[in-house]
Amino acid sequence: MESTIQAAAEPLAGGAPDAPGEAVIRVRGAAKHYGAVRAVDGVDLAVQRGELFGLIGHNGAGKSTLFKMLLGLIPSSAGEITIDGAPVSGGGFRAVRRRIGYLPENVVLYDNLTGLETLHFFAKLKNAPAADCGAVLERVGLAHAAARRVREYSKGMRQRLGFAQALLGRPQILFLDEPTTGLDPEAIREFYVILRGLRAEGVTAVITSHILAEIQERVDRLAIMASGKVQALGTVQALREEMDLPLWFDLRVAEADFTAVRDALGSLPVVAIEAHDGRVAVQVRREAKMAVFAALATLGGRVLDLHVREPSLEDVFFGFSD
Amino acid sequence: MEISQVATIAGKEFWDRIRNRWVLAVALVFTVFALVIAYFGAAQQGAVGFRSIEVTIASLVSLVIYLIPLIALLLGFDAIVGERERGSLDLLLSMPITRFELILGKYLGLAGALAFSTVAGFGLVAIVLAAQLDLNALFHYFGFMASSVLLGMAFLSLAVMLSVFAADRTRASGLAIALWFFFVLVFDLLLLGALVVTGGQYGGDLFPWLLLLNPADVFRILNIFSLEDVRTLYGLATVLPPSLAEPWLLALVMLGWIAAPLGIASWRFGK
Repeated sequence: MESTIQAAAEPLAGGAPDAPGEAVIRVRGAAKHYGAVRAVDGVDLAVQRGELFGLIGHNGAGKSTLFKMLLGLIPSSAGEITIDGAPVSGGGFRAVRRRIGYLPENVVLYDNLTGLETLHFFAKLKNAPAADCGAVLERVGLAHAAARRVREYSKGMRQRLGFAQALLGRPQILFLDEPTTGLDPEAIREFYVILRGLRAEGVTAVITSHILAEIQERVDRLAIMASGKVQALGTVQALREEMDLPLWFDLRVAEADFTAVRDALGSLPVVAIEAHDGRVAVQVRREAKMAVFAALATLGGRVLDLHVREPSLEDVFFGFSD
Repeated sequence: MEISQVATIAGKEFWDRIRNRWVLAVALVFTVFALVIAYFGAAQQGAVGFRSIEVTIASLVSLVIYLIPLIALLLGFDAIVGERERGSLDLLLSMPITRFELILGKYLGLAGALAFSTVAGFGLVAIVLAAQLDLNALFHYFGFMASSVLLGMAFLSLAVMLSVFAADRTRASGLAIALWFFFVLVFDLLLLGALVVTGGQYGGDLFPWLLLLNPADVFRILNIFSLEDVRTLYGLATVLPPSLAEPWLLALVMLGWIAAPLGIASWRFGK
C-alpha cells in the first residue's frame, strides 16, 4: 500500500489525510474536551476499506477516547466522524453498527452465562444468525469451552470470547482495543492469522496496542497519538524514513579485526559503534547505508556475518511522541 | 424503536434472575410472609387461623409497603451504573441498540422478574386459601396482588432512574436506601408533622392529595379503600375525599409513578 505521512504540525491539504482507496472511516477535526482537558484535539484520519490500521500512543494519549468517538459512544465536542458514510451521531448509524465489531480494552462479559450463551445474546442484538455462534467459537479456539460459564474462563479465554463476539454478524469494520491483552504467544499468532484472513476478505480493522513490536509488521498504516493529537500517520516504513532514524549494522568479526572495522568506517557518519562478544554494532545515518556496505566490502572475508536492523516501531514512536 | 432489541435485553435480565434463583427466593419470602400473616395474624388476640380476607389484606399491605419498595430498589439500583462500573456498558452500546431501548429492556426484564415473584409468591397463598374465599374476596386479593406489582414497578422505576444518575454503585446503593427511608418512613411523618404544626389550618384540603406524591401511600389508599371494614378501621373515610377513592385514578397515578422516573432516566441516559 502506498504510504502517506502526515505530521500533525503540517497543514492537512484537502481535509483528512488519506491513503489511496475508498475511505470507510473518515474523521475530520474531531475533538473531545472535558472542561480544559483536550482528550482528543483536532484529529483528522481516513481509514481505507480492507486496511489494517494501528492506533498507538501512551496511556492518556487519547486513543480510547477517539475509539469511543468512532463508535459513537461519546459525542464529539467538535468535528465530524463518519463510518461507511454515516455520521456516528446520526440516526442512520444503527444500520452501520450491525456491520461493526468492537472488542473493548479489558473486555467484561457476563460471568453467569456460558461462552455459547454469551454469543447468542450478542448475536440477537446484532441480528446475526444464532447458528454462526458455534462456528465463531471454533474460529477463536473456544469450541471446547462453549458450555462452560464465563466465570470459569481464564483471562486469555475471556479475551478470545470478546473477540468472538466482535466477529458475530460478519462485520465489515472491526475496532479492536488492545485485542491481544492476556493472550499467550500462540494465541496472539492465531489472532493475527484470523485478522489477516478477515483483511483478505475486505474487512477493515482499527487496532490499538501497547505492544509495538507486535503490530509493527502487521498493520498497513498507523497513527501515533500524543496529547490528543495525531502526531504522525503512515506506514511503519514511511514513518521510519520520515523520522530519519539511524540504522544498525550488526557485524560478526574476529576480535582481532575490530580495529580494522573501526578504521574502514572512520570517514563515514557513524552515530555509534559498540563491540562485545565478537560482534560489532554500528549505528549509521540512513543516507550512509550504501557507503557502509562499500566500506565493509573492502574488509573482504573478515566480516563473517552481517545483518541490517531498521529502527523499531518503538524508536519511531518515541521519536514522534516525545 | 426496535421491539426485538428491547426483548433481547429484557429477556436476559429476566432469565438472569430466574437463573440465580432471585425470583424463587423473593417468591418464597412473599409466600411465607403471606401465609404467616393469613394464619397467625390474629395470634396476639389469642386466635390462630384464617379470619377474613379484609384483615389479611390489611396486614399484608403493611408488610408489602415495607418489603416491596426495598426489594425493587435493591433490584434496580445498579441496572445502568453496574454495567458502567463493570465496563460492559460500552460494549452493549456499541451494538445496534439505542439507549432508550437498552434502558427500557433493562426495566422490563427486571419488572418482569419482580412481577413474576410477586404473583407467584402471593398467588400460591391465594391457591392455599381458595377454598375459604368467595369470589368477592378473591377479587380483592387479586386487586391487592396487582397493586403490589404496580408498587414494585414504581419503585423499580425510581431505582433505574437513580442508577442512571449515580456516579458509582456505592452511591447508587446509598441513594436507594435513602429513597426507601424517605418514601416508606419519612414522607408520612413529614405530612403529619406539617399538619400538627399548622393545626390543620393551612391547606388542610391539600394534604390528602399530597399522598399521591408517594407511591407507597397510593398503594395503601388503593388497597384500604377497596375494603369497607378496613377503611372504617383506618378512619380513612373521614380523611380522604371521595374523589381519591377512585381505583382508576389511583392506578393512573401509579402508572405515572412508573413512567415519570423511567422517562427522566431515559432522558438523562440519552444525554
